[in-house]
Amino acid sequence: MSPILKVKNLVKNFGSTEVLKDINISIESGDFLVLVGPSGCGKSTLLNCIAGLEPISAGEVFIDGRNMTDVSPKDRDIAMVFQSYALYPTMSVAKNITFGMKVRGVDTETQKRKLAEVARQLQIEPELNRRPGQLSGGQRQRVAMGRALVRDPKLFLFDEPLSNLDAKLRVEMRTEIKRLHHDLGASMVYVTHDQIEAMTLATTIVVMKSGVIQQIGTPAEIYGRPQNLFVADFMGSPAMNLIKAKATKNGAGTKIEISRENSAPLILTDTQNTNLPENVILGLRPEDIAEASMRSGPQVQTATCLVDIVEPAGADTYVMSKLGGKEVTARLHAETGAQPGQLLEFAFDLGKVSYFEPETGQRLN
Amino acid sequence: MTDFISNPDAKHKSGKATKIALRWFLLLLLLIFALYYLMPLFVMVTTSLKSLEEIRTGSLVALPREVTFDAWKTAWSGACTGIQCQGLQPYFWNSILIAVPAVFLSTLFGAMNGYIIAHWKFKGANLIFSMMLFGCFIPFQVVILPMARVLGMMGLAGSIQGLIFVHVIYGLGFTTLFFRNYYVSIPGELVKAAKVDGAGFFRIFWSIFLPLSLPIIVVTVIWQFTQIWNDFLFGVSFSQAGTQPITVALNNIVNSTTGVKEYNVDMAAAIIAALPTLFVYVVAGKYFIRGLTAGSVKG
Ligand SMILES: Nc1ncnc2c1ncn2[C@@H]1O[C@H](COP(=O)(O)OP(=O)(O)OP(=O)(O)O)[C@@H](O)[C@H]1O
Ligand SMILES: [Mg+2]
Repeated sequence: MSPILKVKNLVKNFGSTEVLKDINISIESGDFLVLVGPSGCGKSTLLNCIAGLEPISAGEVFIDGRNMTDVSPKDRDIAMVFQSYALYPTMSVAKNITFGMKVRGVDTETQKRKLAEVARQLQIEPELNRRPGQLSGGQRQRVAMGRALVRDPKLFLFDEPLSNLDAKLRVEMRTEIKRLHHDLGASMVYVTHDQIEAMTLATTIVVMKSGVIQQIGTPAEIYGRPQNLFVADFMGSPAMNLIKAKATKNGAGTKIEISRENSAPLILTDTQNTNLPENVILGLRPEDIAEASMRSGPQVQTATCLVDIVEPAGADTYVMSKLGGKEVTARLHAETGAQPGQLLEFAFDLGKVSYFEPETGQRLN
Repeated sequence: MTDFISNPDAKHKSGKATKIALRWFLLLLLLIFALYYLMPLFVMVTTSLKSLEEIRTGSLVALPREVTFDAWKTAWSGACTGIQCQGLQPYFWNSILIAVPAVFLSTLFGAMNGYIIAHWKFKGANLIFSMMLFGCFIPFQVVILPMARVLGMMGLAGSIQGLIFVHVIYGLGFTTLFFRNYYVSIPGELVKAAKVDGAGFFRIFWSIFLPLSLPIIVVTVIWQFTQIWNDFLFGVSFSQAGTQPITVALNNIVNSTTGVKEYNVDMAAAIIAALPTLFVYVVAGKYFIRGLTAGSVKG
């Protein structure tokens, strides 16, 4: 079976500025692809190119095996939810939702049935006769979703659909979207700024920067094995600790040396990764640094460090210590008794460690 | 201590008093200006209701001693424009026949142009828009000769259709500007959404843009109607005996009377010629202001 969406060597220029550079993406039917990246990296542009709303400068777009490069948006069998919702201001909610069917000449019986179906699904039945201007942000959001859902297309495109909602509503809608995806088995391309949205919704995450794809992978791969420093730093909150270190061969393993102010360097021994250059950046997520008593395992190394800052955050407490010239964050239990200025024994889980080449930023292990 | 407390209060009161005085002064000033501007209209109306006898003997600003509508009747159906003496009536209809289609067409094309320039950008769109803007500011005297040639070649010289054509062409600059400026405030994502929904160029215009356009349509219609109805230059240049608009006829009435000047008839005729635009302003004036200041469209 051919992939539901295939983007091949896509390039997009606005005048002389190259906004998308050699984009290659392929997803299977039922996949949930999430596009993430800093503002202005070209996510919306890519979505518009897939939809056919922006002409592409080079490359090809296939939807369900068909070359859509020169096909107009209305014939691509896609539905799109826009960042600003883009509801038709003079039409009622019902008319907004049925507009697409009306344009396509679907008979009124079917229109009514589908409208009722979607309105029930999204719980907007009481709002059907109102204008978009009379709706709350969350209701508008759902109308925009409804407009896409009645279409039953091959591919859904969502451009930061939850960005305008408050935190609580966003969580609700996130669950809603996840359920919709599950129920419909639909294929989706979804743009977001929100890390958690990306991690919870995606089957595949694409990380972009300045129009270049940095990494494509499952949420676990992106989170656990970032391919370069940009991805490592961009995904995860608080961000991955990226620490300058010196590696030297030491028998069967590698001696990792991290300089510290006012005390002897921190020494760890990595028995798994043996072929490292001398200068590396060591990456460890905050949750992979714990109190020594709380963590054990074959790759866990302990060392005593000075606690600088303690930040309780509800379920967890973040503790910072200065290593390699930077504040390194460890995620400890809320009940930890750690105090600033105290010496504490930490456990470093080297089973989860990432190494990066400092110059190129590429992953080494 | 009491001084300390009551002092700011007193100050507050005196501040309020100055404020009120200032407001009254302002109102008075505005009233004076309004009267000043209304004076000519007052003179026109009163003079048109007087008999010639009374005009000759009475003062210019006095109210009529005896109200008579004879001058209005004459102006409407009896006054002479050169050799014909049918009053303004036939020319009034000429003007309607010119203004209504010309306003309709120039507004429609302006809306279309604005829609295209704002949302269907093509190569050279900005250049074309600049040229249209330039068209707004050309003094019309410059185009009279070439336009006369064009009308002649098209076989429209001296006809009502020819005048409609001229007014539509020279109205396009402004109507396009109005609609373009209004439509750029409509988010482009609306067009994109409609495209994904399967709508095409005309469908999007008809179903999404036109329903949003009422304020700017009102503005454009008022503007165009006033321009076209009050036009004298094109009317006098491109019409012939049977197709003259009311402004030209008014001019002829005022200038072609022999013997005693019938001021009352002239005034009545002038008011008749101005009534339709006055009427349009009174009826739609508040939409005019609202339309000019209408902000972006909220979704
Ligand atoms: N019509 C256009 N003309 C010229 N440049 C454009 C145009 N549209 C977008 N760009 C540029 O292309 C780049 C990518 O824009 P895009 O809207 O795709 O970013 P994004 O990743 O969606 O950002 P955000 O997360 O802020 O929505 C930006 O640098 C932007 O300035
Ligand atoms: Mg965007």
